[in-house]
Amino acid sequence: MTYILEMKNISKSFGEVQALRDVDFAIAPGEVVGLLGDNGAGKSTLIKIVTGYYQPDPNGGEIYFNGQKIAGLSVSEARKLGIETVYQERALADLQTLWRNIFMGRELTTALGFIDVKRMKRETEKLMVGSMGFTSSAVAPDSVVKTFSGGEKQGVAIVRALYFDAELIILDEPTMGLSLSETKKLLEFVGNIKEAGKSCIFIDHNVFHVYSVADRVVVLDRGAVAGEFLTKDITLEQLMDKMYRVAQTGQLE
Amino acid sequence: MTTIENQAEATIPKRLWRSKAGKIARQYGLQIGIFCVFLVIWGLFILGAPQTFLKPTIYAAYMSTIPFFAVIALPLTLIIIAGEMDLSFPSIMGVGMVAFTSVWRLSDNFVLAFIASLVAGGLVGFLNGVIVVKLGIPSLVATLGTQFFWRGFVLVVTNAGGVSLVPLKQTPMRQAFVGRVGGYLPAQMIWAVVVAILVWIFLNRHKFGAHVYLIGDNVESSKLMGVNVDRTRMINFAILGTAAAFGGVLSSLEQSYFWVSLGDGYLLKTLASVFLGGTSVFGGIGTVFGTFIGCLIIGAIEAGIVAVGKVEIFGLVIRLSGFWTQLIYGLIIVISVSLQNILSRRLSR
Repeated sequence: MTYILEMKNISKSFGEVQALRDVDFAIAPGEVVGLLGDNGAGKSTLIKIVTGYYQPDPNGGEIYFNGQKIAGLSVSEARKLGIETVYQERALADLQTLWRNIFMGRELTTALGFIDVKRMKRETEKLMVGSMGFTSSAVAPDSVVKTFSGGEKQGVAIVRALYFDAELIILDEPTMGLSLSETKKLLEFVGNIKEAGKSCIFIDHNVFHVYSVADRVVVLDRGAVAGEFLTKDITLEQLMDKMYRVAQTGQLE
Repeated sequence: MTTIENQAEATIPKRLWRSKAGKIARQYGLQIGIFCVFLVIWGLFILGAPQTFLKPTIYAAYMSTIPFFAVIALPLTLIIIAGEMDLSFPSIMGVGMVAFTSVWRLSDNFVLAFIASLVAGGLVGFLNGVIVVKLGIPSLVATLGTQFFWRGFVLVVTNAGGVSLVPLKQTPMRQAFVGRVGGYLPAQMIWAVVVAILVWIFLNRHKFGAHVYLIGDNVESSKLMGVNVDRTRMINFAILGTAAAFGGVLSSLEQSYFWVSLGDGYLLKTLASVFLGGTSVFGGIGTVFGTFIGCLIIGAIEAGIVAVGKVEIFGLVIRLSGFWTQLIYGLIIVISVSLQNILSRRLSR
């Protein structure tokens, strides 16, 4: 089986603290993998290695993307490979306009790095009408993001990840601060990713959400993989049970 | 790719756009505000001293002196939008002229000397960037230090002695920089406009400028989204260094003398122009147009006050001497920055 992303023996420490210990992680095309674990389990560190924000420790493991070994990945290189992320903290620039936020770090350019403002505004407007579902009256490509509601900001972050035709979409705590209907939309959206044959890593504190959309869940605990299950092989009750046990004892069984 | 279904699709377009005027006000509020301040001050000067301000002479004088700091204030705007500060540019003006005079004396070649000054300024600016980015020193502190260092460097290598540039006086190159076009228009004003256009293009139509805004707004988001924060910062400081050297060359050529104190008195004037123009000290906000108008206002006040001479308010006659300049500078800066703040909060809603 070829994986879209495969990570072997990944280790990462920050000074004295070892955030990740020999973590193996892989995801296949069209697969939705839920990443579960308590605060400090290493979920965010793991995905920030995938997105090129952090580098693994020297000799801290290997990363393969579509079977190709990748070393010294940077954020912009990861995005060019087709890895897009919706961060917990949204990663928006509040004082800037909507179109600048959509194209943050991946501006559409003509020759010599000159930006194509007209095209970016046009594309933003298309996205707004087509996929963002903005119902607020004051939103335009030139609107400043500061004025948006929490759900609208999340919409911006998601649409941004989609625009660039990502192969692998990472959602880091995407339901945080969303209303019930916004959460439902988001879960539908994860289903759409899968239907389109793309892969998704879904991180959430809410086991219900993860269980309902993921094909497979990976449980991290104190920087190591504590176990993984196919959601079709396990009931939600069993999964919750195991999560409690891991949190208390560090053991699944 | 189909995504979140949009139930409200049909109702959006007509509600999206408020009135056109409101949209323009939101987008250009800051620029409109500073331009109004400019018009009011200009109007007051014309009313107070029509004999001076309705004749072209005073404008020629303004256009000869404003460019020296305007060509620095414009790229300084980028530094401040990016959330940084630079206090070292007055000293870099001196460093640039040390390079200029050294190469000029050795080679007797103006063009070579000019290039040397720009390169020296760019390198010193880049070094600021390296200290800020690689060593993680806040730019206010880093450039406070380099400001002293490079002023000291200029004094030491010149042995505190200036250089006469009188031999350049009739050369075509000097004319191209600080000559009088048509016997009236100072060439340096054309250079200031050229710099303004270049900086505008870089800020608004180039990836570099897009990243300047993003970094100043939210560094963490920019990093997460793959903006090369370190490189953008270092280039920014290098550009300002180059511009400072250019300003130093213009000013020295105009006076036909390189004073080792070159740049003294420029620091606060230049910074004031940028802030008066609506650039936010917190980063993420600012315009080239605003800074340009800010330069015109700051550059006009001193001579304007002296020309107006006396003001009569309710029968009370106040004689305005040069001593009033600073007081009025302060008033204008505080009032117009406060007004802009209030206006932009209203408009951005």
